[in-house]
Amino acid sequence: MTPEAIHGALQQRFGQAVTAFEADAIDPTVTVEASAIHDVGAFLRSEPGLLFDSLMCLSGMDYGEETSSLGVVYHLHSTSLRHTITLRVEVPRQDGVVPTVCDIWRTAEWHEREAFDLFGMRFDRHPDHRRILLPDDWEGHPLLKDYQVQEFYQGIRVPYEGDPPEIGMDVYRFQDREDPV
Amino acid sequence: MGLETIFGSGFITSQLNKIINWGRKNSFFPLPFVTACCGMEFMATWGSHYDVARFGAELPRFSPRQSDLLMVVGTINHKIAPVLKRVYDQMCEPKWVIAFGACASSGGFYRNYATVQGIDRIIPVDVYIAGCPPRPEAVLEGLMLLQKKVEGEDVLNRGAPIMVNGQAYSEDRLVHVEPPVDHRADQVVASHEGPGVHPWQGFEETERR
Ligand code: SF4
Repeated sequence: MTPEAIHGALQQRFGQAVTAFEADAIDPTVTVEASAIHDVGAFLRSEPGLLFDSLMCLSGMDYGEETSSLGVVYHLHSTSLRHTITLRVEVPRQDGVVPTVCDIWRTAEWHEREAFDLFGMRFDRHPDHRRILLPDDWEGHPLLKDYQVQEFYQGIRVPYEGDPPEIGMDVYRFQDREDPV
Repeated sequence: MGLETIFGSGFITSQLNKIINWGRKNSFFPLPFVTACCGMEFMATWGSHYDVARFGAELPRFSPRQSDLLMVVGTINHKIAPVLKRVYDQMCEPKWVIAFGACASSGGFYRNYATVQGIDRIIPVDVYIAGCPPRPEAVLEGLMLLQKKVEGEDVLNRGAPIMVNGQAYSEDRLVHVEPPVDHRADQVVASHEGPGVHPWQGFEETERR
């Protein structure tokens, strides 16, 4: 099916929940309401003629300060029918919640954990909602645009710039001008 | 300890230093803490071609309690940093640390929140080996430098300043290795122009394409 036809099928089934469609993007993208994403996913997966059995990628997004929204992007593919579509949802930065799709595509379980880890996205009814890459006691979500690096992690200085000159690399850089070797 | 109260810092302790340091520097038991791509170069160095057994360090121990040289080989991020600290703490004195490669020495090109900007933010380091990754020659040079450092140590007072190449180093004076410029590679390239003796291995080469 063409992206236009897929968008048409979604619009027919979900009506108002499908808010926008970018047909001429590199990945044609359908934007849907966050609250509808689980139903849309289940429909796309099981409807004869769509059969999107593969969630190729699930990414978190930060749309910046102006829009003040976070998002999730789903890249879907059908291995039997060989068509592709991209879904997108947007939620407010504060307390935005997206229903999980990991009961539809198992892949999503770890991807959603990653989106939580790096963007702080909340996924409703996720079975194992915790960090996946960073340590459990890390502060903040590093890929957010307003991320502030914490000063110390378990007593280790974290920031990578603005070291006072007497600590860190500068010590041996200047000290060893008279080559000891 | 007691020995120094008996002998003072006289003739006997200096001879004792010589003997003990000779034993220590020629029998390192390295613990390879390998986390990233530098590990390939570590393996190359510890392979038969570079023959690290010449320096008595050929036997890596994979337990911190059996080793006295911690080789931190590769990128250390904040998630593994507490583990590295614990491994270091588990090693018995005397112990030394080599920061192997740019990442371990300074965070390398990973200027981000995830990577520790040099393991000297966690543990003391004796020798830094530059390079991304360092050539085996640089690693061997670093090892030889550490041997020199160990040679100059005062066994009864490990914190005392030590002499390396006639220069005094205390614990906060750090030893830094530039990768040696290796002109032998040019000879190898030259020898590959036609059949000839391989200058590194000394055997007659057969026909090359
Ligand atoms: S210094 Fe280079 S080779 Fe070594 S771990 Fe870092 S990136 Fe890898």
